[in-house]
Amino acid sequence: MDIESLIAEDPARETFRVHRSVMTSPEIYELERKLVFGRSWLYIGHESEIEKPGDFRRREVAGRPLIFIRGKDGVVRVFFNTCTHWGAKVCRLDQGNATSFQCFYHAWTFNNLGQLIAIPDAGGYPENFNRAELALKSPPHVDNYRGLYFVNLDPDAQPLINYLDGARDYMDLILDQSEAGWRVVAGTQMYTVRANWKLMATNSLDTYHAPPLHTTYFSYMAKFKGLDQQSEADSFGIRAGGHGRSLGNGHGVGESAPSGVARPIAHWHPMFGEAARGEINRVRQRIFERFGPERAGQMCDTFRLFLIYPNFVFHDVMAITLRYFEPVGPDAVRLTVYALAPKDESQEQLERRLNNFVSFLGPGGFAHPDDLEAIESCQDGFRSEAVEWSDFSKGMNRDPEVMDELPMRAFWRQWQAQMLGRERAARFDDLKFAGNGVAAAGK
Amino acid sequence: MPEKSNGRVARRKPADLEREVERFFTMEAALLDEWRLQDWLGLFTKDARYWVPTTDLPEGQAGETLGLIDDDFTRLQARVDRLLSRHAHREFPWSRTRRFVTNVRVNETNGDEVKAMASFLVYRIRNRHVDPYVGHYEYVFRRVDGELRIHRRTAILDLEALDPHATVSFIL
Repeated sequence: MDIESLIAEDPARETFRVHRSVMTSPEIYELERKLVFGRSWLYIGHESEIEKPGDFRRREVAGRPLIFIRGKDGVVRVFFNTCTHWGAKVCRLDQGNATSFQCFYHAWTFNNLGQLIAIPDAGGYPENFNRAELALKSPPHVDNYRGLYFVNLDPDAQPLINYLDGARDYMDLILDQSEAGWRVVAGTQMYTVRANWKLMATNSLDTYHAPPLHTTYFSYMAKFKGLDQQSEADSFGIRAGGHGRSLGNGHGVGESAPSGVARPIAHWHPMFGEAARGEINRVRQRIFERFGPERAGQMCDTFRLFLIYPNFVFHDVMAITLRYFEPVGPDAVRLTVYALAPKDESQEQLERRLNNFVSFLGPGGFAHPDDLEAIESCQDGFRSEAVEWSDFSKGMNRDPEVMDELPMRAFWRQWQAQMLGRERAARFDDLKFAGNGVAAAGK
Repeated sequence: MPEKSNGRVARRKPADLEREVERFFTMEAALLDEWRLQDWLGLFTKDARYWVPTTDLPEGQAGETLGLIDDDFTRLQARVDRLLSRHAHREFPWSRTRRFVTNVRVNETNGDEVKAMASFLVYRIRNRHVDPYVGHYEYVFRRVDGELRIHRRTAILDLEALDPHATVSFIL
């Protein structure tokens, strides 16, 4: 497999193309499991989901069944969900609180620190039988940034803080929006799409598609203002301007110019109703007090499609979504999506947030189902084989705007580097506007 | 009319009401399978809400938990407009659907309000894929001018995830 040949960048002609076999090939998929998902930092959960000692959530990351748990000592840990005796899953509930996990097969029992604390008929084992090495096993690395937990299956992985690189600036920009901290709201959108996972990654960063693909959403929102859908799309800031940025290690963001997007934090839109105006303006005013007009304006009046390579997306749009996805084959991707909300948000604001979330996003929204139709349609179109390349050149000829494809190019550059066994691509930005990435991120 | 043990006066004989609710579900299923969505909108009260909780939280409540669909009547109208346009790409061309609504239980009647539950199995057929949606409905009807009208329509999926349905792009 000649990985070098799968991406064709021509700086002189300002073109960037990706060979479509990377979206269809079983060999590529097997290699990705090892070189991308086996070596990247992958999101597993948020601290608010396991607040009390003993709280746990079952998770699956890179196809591995995991337990995300806060031990009785208050420390967050991750265990592979498999008994060290014969292998059955020791945790068979999606969530809960437990002081211990007793395997239902032979009743080996582990406490919530992972230690093996009981074996039935222990007389059948020697006195010096090493229980310590039969503790529940953890991935080589577990770390968090501001309460967002990630795991890495590679013993030689760089620290999370280094891996996040310029993405931290945008994580801060989002997480700073709440003074009281954040919680993941109950209710998880879980779905599988018949498309390659990288089509989900590039769709998650893409605004170019919004005006043609999502007209029905803008029609709906426009009615609250007595506008047509085109004017409403314009007012959302998705026509031009804004910027696309690479943030190091394959991370990237597309960020709109100041716009009229409906945001609980904090930009009122008639869709929220007149009664909401006061509260949204109070939230807004507080953010302006805390951060000054420039950063507060960025928080309240612009939206962000923000990917932490390879598979974790913040959509800081109509609400704040946490989305992660992983392949379950070359042509199938499984998604998990949560809503993130300020811990101290009023019931009314929460209701607006959740309502606004599902107006656009999720399996039943007015927009996201059409995204999924589009990527499934691409996957199906690849069967033609006649057209070998997909084009990701948009914006190579200028300082990239929100509707340009620089963040996707940054993703592909890192993907190719990892597939070649390297830790980091030589560069993430285009040559013509080199340095438009990390250095300028969010500043 | 018989008086119920809880003291409420049943407006109709229970068997008649059950039959009426069953006929309603059958008629509604036909409208949806035939994509007669404007007619279907006529079955709702103007303060109606259509709620589909996430698959991991069937007991989820609109306004408190993240769902899949949370429509007031305005958004329900917009949803119908969207589906009848050529721009709901997930449903252009329309999928074929066939729904089986059964095991109807009329749970409670209170004045003009009737609560009912039913099991559903909806097949969505499109692009050579057949995706079954399994679950149950919880309805709150209001009686308007003698007719049952939908005040709350909740569709609760038994699926653990939308694997591989991906979406709830039609009216469930």
